[in-house]
Amino acid sequence: MSQNFRIKGEGLINRDEPIEFKFNRKKYIGYKGDTLASALLANGIHLIGRSFKYHRPRGFFGAGVDEPNAKMQVEINGHSEPNINATEIELVEGLSATSQNCWPSVEFDIGAINNFLNKFFPAGFYYKTFMWPKSFWYKVYEPFIRKAAGLGVASLEKDKERYEHKYEYCDLLVTGSGPAGLAGAYSAAKNGAKVILAEDKPRFGGSLLTDEVTIDNLSGKAWADKIISELKEMPNVVLKNRSQVFGYYDHNMTVMFERTGDHLEKKSKYTPRQRLWYIRAKEVLLSTGSIERPIVFGNNDTPGVFLSAAAKEYMKVYGVLIGKKPIIFTNNDSAYETAIEFKKNAVEPLILDTREDQDSELINEAKSMNINIKFSYAVIAANGYKKVKSATIGKLNKDKTNFETIETIDCDSICVSGFWTPTVHLASQSGNKLRFDDKIDAFVPDKSKQNENSIGASNGTFTLKETLKSSFKIGSEVSKKITKKENLIQLPNTNERKYSSHDKFWCSPLPKGKHYKRFVDFQNDVAVSDIEVALREGYRSIEHVKRYTTLGMATDQGRTSNLNGLQLVANVEKKIVPQVGHTTFRPPFTPITIGTIVGREIGKEYMPTRKTPMHNWHQENNAVWVDAGAWKRPRYYKRGNETLLEASKREAKNVREHVGICDVTTLGKIDIKGPDSAEFLNRIYTNAWLKLPIGKARYGVMLREDGIVMDDGTTTRISENHYHMTTTTAQAANVLSHLEYYLQIVWPELNVNVVSTTEQWAGAAIAGPKSRDVLTKLFPKLDVSNEKLPFMGYMKGDLFGVKARIFRISFSGELAYEVNIKSDYGLSMWEKIIEIGEEFKIQPYGTEALSTLRIEMGHVAGPELDGRTIPYDVSLEGLVSKKKDFIGKRSLEKEAFNKENRQKIVGLVPLDKKSSIPEGSHLVEDKNAKVPNPKLGHVSSSCWSVEKNNPFSLAIVKDGKNMIGKKLYAISPLKNTVIEVEIISSHYVDHEGKRVRS
Amino acid sequence: MLNIKCPHCGDRSQKEFAYGGDGTVKRPELNKDVSDKDWDNFVYLRKSPRGKHIELWHHIAGCRQWFRVLRDTVTHEIYKTSKIDEDI
Ligand SMILES: [Zn+2]
Repeated sequence: MSQNFRIKGEGLINRDEPIEFKFNRKKYIGYKGDTLASALLANGIHLIGRSFKYHRPRGFFGAGVDEPNAKMQVEINGHSEPNINATEIELVEGLSATSQNCWPSVEFDIGAINNFLNKFFPAGFYYKTFMWPKSFWYKVYEPFIRKAAGLGVASLEKDKERYEHKYEYCDLLVTGSGPAGLAGAYSAAKNGAKVILAEDKPRFGGSLLTDEVTIDNLSGKAWADKIISELKEMPNVVLKNRSQVFGYYDHNMTVMFERTGDHLEKKSKYTPRQRLWYIRAKEVLLSTGSIERPIVFGNNDTPGVFLSAAAKEYMKVYGVLIGKKPIIFTNNDSAYETAIEFKKNAVEPLILDTREDQDSELINEAKSMNINIKFSYAVIAANGYKKVKSATIGKLNKDKTNFETIETIDCDSICVSGFWTPTVHLASQSGNKLRFDDKIDAFVPDKSKQNENSIGASNGTFTLKETLKSSFKIGSEVSKKITKKENLIQLPNTNERKYSSHDKFWCSPLPKGKHYKRFVDFQNDVAVSDIEVALREGYRSIEHVKRYTTLGMATDQGRTSNLNGLQLVANVEKKIVPQVGHTTFRPPFTPITIGTIVGREIGKEYMPTRKTPMHNWHQENNAVWVDAGAWKRPRYYKRGNETLLEASKREAKNVREHVGICDVTTLGKIDIKGPDSAEFLNRIYTNAWLKLPIGKARYGVMLREDGIVMDDGTTTRISENHYHMTTTTAQAANVLSHLEYYLQIVWPELNVNVVSTTEQWAGAAIAGPKSRDVLTKLFPKLDVSNEKLPFMGYMKGDLFGVKARIFRISFSGELAYEVNIKSDYGLSMWEKIIEIGEEFKIQPYGTEALSTLRIEMGHVAGPELDGRTIPYDVSLEGLVSKKKDFIGKRSLEKEAFNKENRQKIVGLVPLDKKSSIPEGSHLVEDKNAKVPNPKLGHVSSSCWSVEKNNPFSLAIVKDGKNMIGKKLYAISPLKNTVIEVEIISSHYVDHEGKRVRS
Repeated sequence: MLNIKCPHCGDRSQKEFAYGGDGTVKRPELNKDVSDKDWDNFVYLRKSPRGKHIELWHHIAGCRQWFRVLRDTVTHEIYKTSKIDEDI
């Protein structure tokens, strides 16, 4: 078969560029400019899938976003993606598509037995059948449903494609480039507004590409081309085709996806596949047009049944005949255009019009072309299984509830038109309450909640003249508000055919004794009978009917089924549609890829990576990294085949015996300046700060107002009114916000300024008995003796010509210093220390050794300051001033915080001196007690004590004060361990703190 | 995503800001006796009104200033924003 349904000379495709593609592993040829759907139809392919529930054969129905059936598994550019709408994807060389939801093949589908068993698949079938017994759900029902009713298959491979996000601001966003969108965008652009015009399809023009109209004596398409080429020249206009605005959020934030890559045959490496635009527009013009709605009839899902406008679009845009013996079934004039188009292409259509014989420009034109028209006729049912072979039609009785005569007529296709439904999805998403318009039997936007206006068909305006007039006007008005300019545009002369009014006929009655399935929702396989069942069973709210029957759900979002569903509910309930109401429209309007949502924020780009200036040195010295927030920190430096434990033991031991160096750049640093700084610190920290001398550091603890410890760290008085605060790596950002809160809101009278300097200083901790030797050689001109630079002392230094800060502070519990230098010199400082330290056996140590050192010293850190502990709990009550007030102090008076048996930090050693205690283990008295075993506390931090050469842990335990010497069990159901432990002091090494002062 | 007008920087996207809770809460003064009830009110109890709500926002990815926002919790409409030392 080679494009037997292609019409000579028609369409906007490029016949000089044939494209080879595959469908169900068979090769076909289409043309550049085709969609997958139009190319398949050109080759006479109609059977393209099986329906969701009954596995009925399904074919194309629409020509764009209106298509409910044609979801395919598509391979393109080396990736496979499910549920691609064949009417929306452009044909490219090498594209390969396969049908979904059929096994073993679309021609022979075992699941189709469901169709013949359909009495067993009523509405709510899943709810009724699969809810009991519960245990069956996971094992039996769910796998069965998934296999039988599966859509496509998601790839298990990593998506190699590139996706991007873009943020844009504009005065006016116009969504859709039909006559309304073009006119609105054009008049706003002429007023100098910054305009973005988005068009979902590859070609601009919307209905102008297919409607027989003239504007200023140009064809619709020629006029659209002219406007587009003018807009293209304007610097204040951005034109975007292949771009669909799919979501409308608060404060006029809209989201649009742009298909940037899939249509390109040879995509460059850096061209994204899709781009997500966040557009904040001052005003939005919704020109999303309308979607033709079907008339419901028997077996209306048979391949070969099309929307009439889609049939016209296939002819006029793609030069494709959807059939050679079509029946046009309509309740309005617009389908006559399709009939006339068929006739022009030498195909004889038969029109069945549900209305009585009447006059209108279009009807008369059809009559004058000798097109066969039967008035007061309707299609009762399509006949044929995999393709329409004939239609059972009938003459309607007076009130159109039954048929006077019934006959069968041969045909190969049925084009159906039940009038037009404005596409109000975006308007509804913006918060617009919709209003039912009796004249068009559909919902239209009502009062705007945000700065949006619906224009043209999406607002229920179906004539070209009125659309252009109102769109030019609104485009001009809204842009004038923004730009204060007004360039009035001469309204063009238009020529279009006048329509006579449509008929409210929406569903063919069933002749006596006939039980045709009449589908309302193709995608979800919801027939008239399903909705009737739901109503009989007592479902009333349209939202409940929707969920029970699945009407209007999934990717289709009821684009062609919504109103007919409402009409049916209204009829059965003896209501009118506005009384039934409508279901909620939700973004996205059509499916978008997960890749587009994620954009570039994936893998290591998921969040920014913060690296210290010494990062590359660590990397070259075999650092094994650990994430500390966004920072990368060396966890340990691997030597040979060392394990984490072996390496951290070696590194920690080297600190205790010789000297080690640790990159502490990641610690939060805040510069505090101003005459009231001391007073401010005195209020922030629990301990006293008013008398800290210049050149001294002090350890401080800060609380939240609820009395819980927020953070700890040292703060150093650099000069009279200048302090340098350090925070933990994790809390750095929170502490800064906390300080700003109190300075700006609570105590604005304090003359203090705070600013983060975390990234301005690189820091190295030099720790161990030999650290003073290293420091002496590092700063040969300085006297860093214990007298001149005592514990908690500070001095400035000159490190080979660069200013440095030296703090004598210790986290490891050893004699230790921290040297800070401007970040740019961090690496040279580090290398210098390593070089100088070599003779003292210096080794770098990572966070694991750092933890080991602080744990065996009983220094608390993040695992103890976990947002649940007060100073007493972590034995910091000595730092809580009784004399002065500070943030959180009043909360410490709470009864629970002062109970005699209040939890407190303790140390733990396993009795066997061998078993490491998993962090998070629960402490219990009786290891065999019944679950839930009463918990006395939990293990917060564990290490292998290098000093004592056995495991040691910190724990926070109830009545910790009186528990020393007791034996408990540390149980971890997670790790399946039960370890008998003895409770000891949390200060395991160097009780008196002699080393830091040595 | 909201569009918030920082009184110092102008219109910016919500992404640049951090929410800071009820903007009418006043911290009890330092060194004054506070009853348990008043303190609990200050630390824990917040109204959750339907409609207009004065709240604090912090321009963390901008000028780092705290400021007040009068926002409708139902419609998200922002009626006004003001510097921290101004009335809202
Ligand atoms: Zn700001």
